[in-house]
Amino acid sequence: MTTAQLTAPEANALPADRGAPSRRHGRWREHAVQWLFLAPAIVYVVLFFAYPVVKNVLMGFQDYSTRTFFTGEAPWVGLSNYVTVVTGSLFSTTLVNTALFTVGSIVGQFVIGLALALFFRRRFPLGGVLRSLLLMPWLLPLIASSAVWKWILDQDSGVLNQTLLFLHVIPGPIPWLSSPDVALVAVIIVNIWLGIPFNVTILYSGLQDIPGELYEAASLDGATGWKAFWYITWPNLRSVVSVVLVLGVVYTLKVLDIILGLTGGGPANATQTLATDSYHRSFVDFSFGTGAAVSNILIVISLLFSLVYLWVSRRTVDE
Amino acid sequence: MNSRLRGLPYTVLAIVFLAIMIFPVYWMLNASFQQGGSAVSSSFIPTDFTLDGYATALSQQSGNLGTSLAVSLGTVVVSLAIAAPAAYALAKFRMRWVGVVLFALLTAQMIPGIVIANALYTVYTDVHLLNSIPGLILADASASIPFAILVLRAFMLSIPTSLIEAARVDGAGQFRAFVSIVLPISRNSIITAALFSFLFTWSDFIFALTLTTSNAVRPVTLGIYGYLSGNVQSWGPVMATAVLASIPAIVLLIIAQRYIAAGALGGAVKS
Repeated sequence: MTTAQLTAPEANALPADRGAPSRRHGRWREHAVQWLFLAPAIVYVVLFFAYPVVKNVLMGFQDYSTRTFFTGEAPWVGLSNYVTVVTGSLFSTTLVNTALFTVGSIVGQFVIGLALALFFRRRFPLGGVLRSLLLMPWLLPLIASSAVWKWILDQDSGVLNQTLLFLHVIPGPIPWLSSPDVALVAVIIVNIWLGIPFNVTILYSGLQDIPGELYEAASLDGATGWKAFWYITWPNLRSVVSVVLVLGVVYTLKVLDIILGLTGGGPANATQTLATDSYHRSFVDFSFGTGAAVSNILIVISLLFSLVYLWVSRRTVDE
Repeated sequence: MNSRLRGLPYTVLAIVFLAIMIFPVYWMLNASFQQGGSAVSSSFIPTDFTLDGYATALSQQSGNLGTSLAVSLGTVVVSLAIAAPAAYALAKFRMRWVGVVLFALLTAQMIPGIVIANALYTVYTDVHLLNSIPGLILADASASIPFAILVLRAFMLSIPTSLIEAARVDGAGQFRAFVSIVLPISRNSIITAALFSFLFTWSDFIFALTLTTSNAVRPVTLGIYGYLSGNVQSWGPVMATAVLASIPAIVLLIIAQRYIAAGALGGAVKS
């Protein structure tokens, strides 16, 4: 899969100095032309990735607020933004919420995703079509999905409570999005729903790569069902699993649309994560300095997982 | 025949799973044809069928839908123009730093959008790109360019070098060879990259939310958010807007299924 892209293309590469090696000038020109192909992308990456990260780090050390936009002044304040953020009463809440949201979403998406991927590996009529329709939740705009779920989860008239009440599963309507006790659970459920298609797709393609002979050989030795899963499927799927999990974490850490759409971080900050907190500080309170501090903390956490990802994919290539 | 029949229970089970998974999509469609509000729940089928929701949605959101379309198409063009030559260079030129550039692209995809938005807001204020379509196009391309480069490069690696060399021997310059040989061969992967650039941008929420401050330029995702942040009195127009915003995704999933499937796997890098 994509990890293979990291291997060097040397064997199939175009030599830069084809034709006339004696002509130094032509060779230099050839190199310049080659860099022109890459130049726009490099400029873009510098302007829209490298610069924002650097700028964000700097803003974390500055008193960057509404006043800055009028006066152009953003005084250096050292670590005071970080002190404000970390000692604030909200910080432990957002940290715990981010951890719960991430772990809950990933576990749910992965377990259901793997179960569905294993299920769809069987051959049955319409299997392929049904599996590709499963992708639909993944392609809808997240904010459109948030809108539907907000209506489904509505306390008084939402279809979920209506159905559960009708079936006598619950004694009274559950305030899914308006009670601090269940709002995080509700948001996690929606995020699991969103993540399942991605997990199914990647895990399914990983399963397809396991040679069928392995299962045939194993069944001769009496390994079928759970034993086959444990001794053949799982070990062979391990590298794909690590990629899915790490990407899932990195992706979940930055989720903003769903939480803002469903609860806006509330009620009483029950669904406030590092990402939504950073948004609120910067774009609602216009305190860009502390907003940058929070997003820098977020980026460090993401970066740690990115390093794990790169380490895992390198190891996959080596294997 | 016999073996097909034996598979049928699995088909039934698969339909049940699928029904649960896409129930919210059905509910969106169903509720868009009903009044539905804080005191009235939607029924399971639209018995009081009405197009009022769509009438309201179109009167309030058609400008926003147009904005979304302009920004998405613009992002596709910008992303492909930047990504295709870069993908070719990274796949076929014997250059130093290829590993470094690929590493940078993989890492770039991990950077949370809020980090980019935070910094871009201050820059955009200075260079007057807030509330502008070009400003949104450039910001939205940050989601699609690394993805497009990786997907296109993965395909271009497989183009036989001899094919390009033959064209070069015939006197075609590096650029001519790229345009007349490489791009046509890469057609399918270019379509995949374009489709996903479009879908990423069409769904974009974070840049729309942070890089616009007025009603002048408002993608439809913000239109939906506008409904959600207030107290929703009538869900019909909200669901109708959500349906309209979901049309590109649903249409592309149906007519361009194989490109979507290809991109979903390339998306292992994306998200």
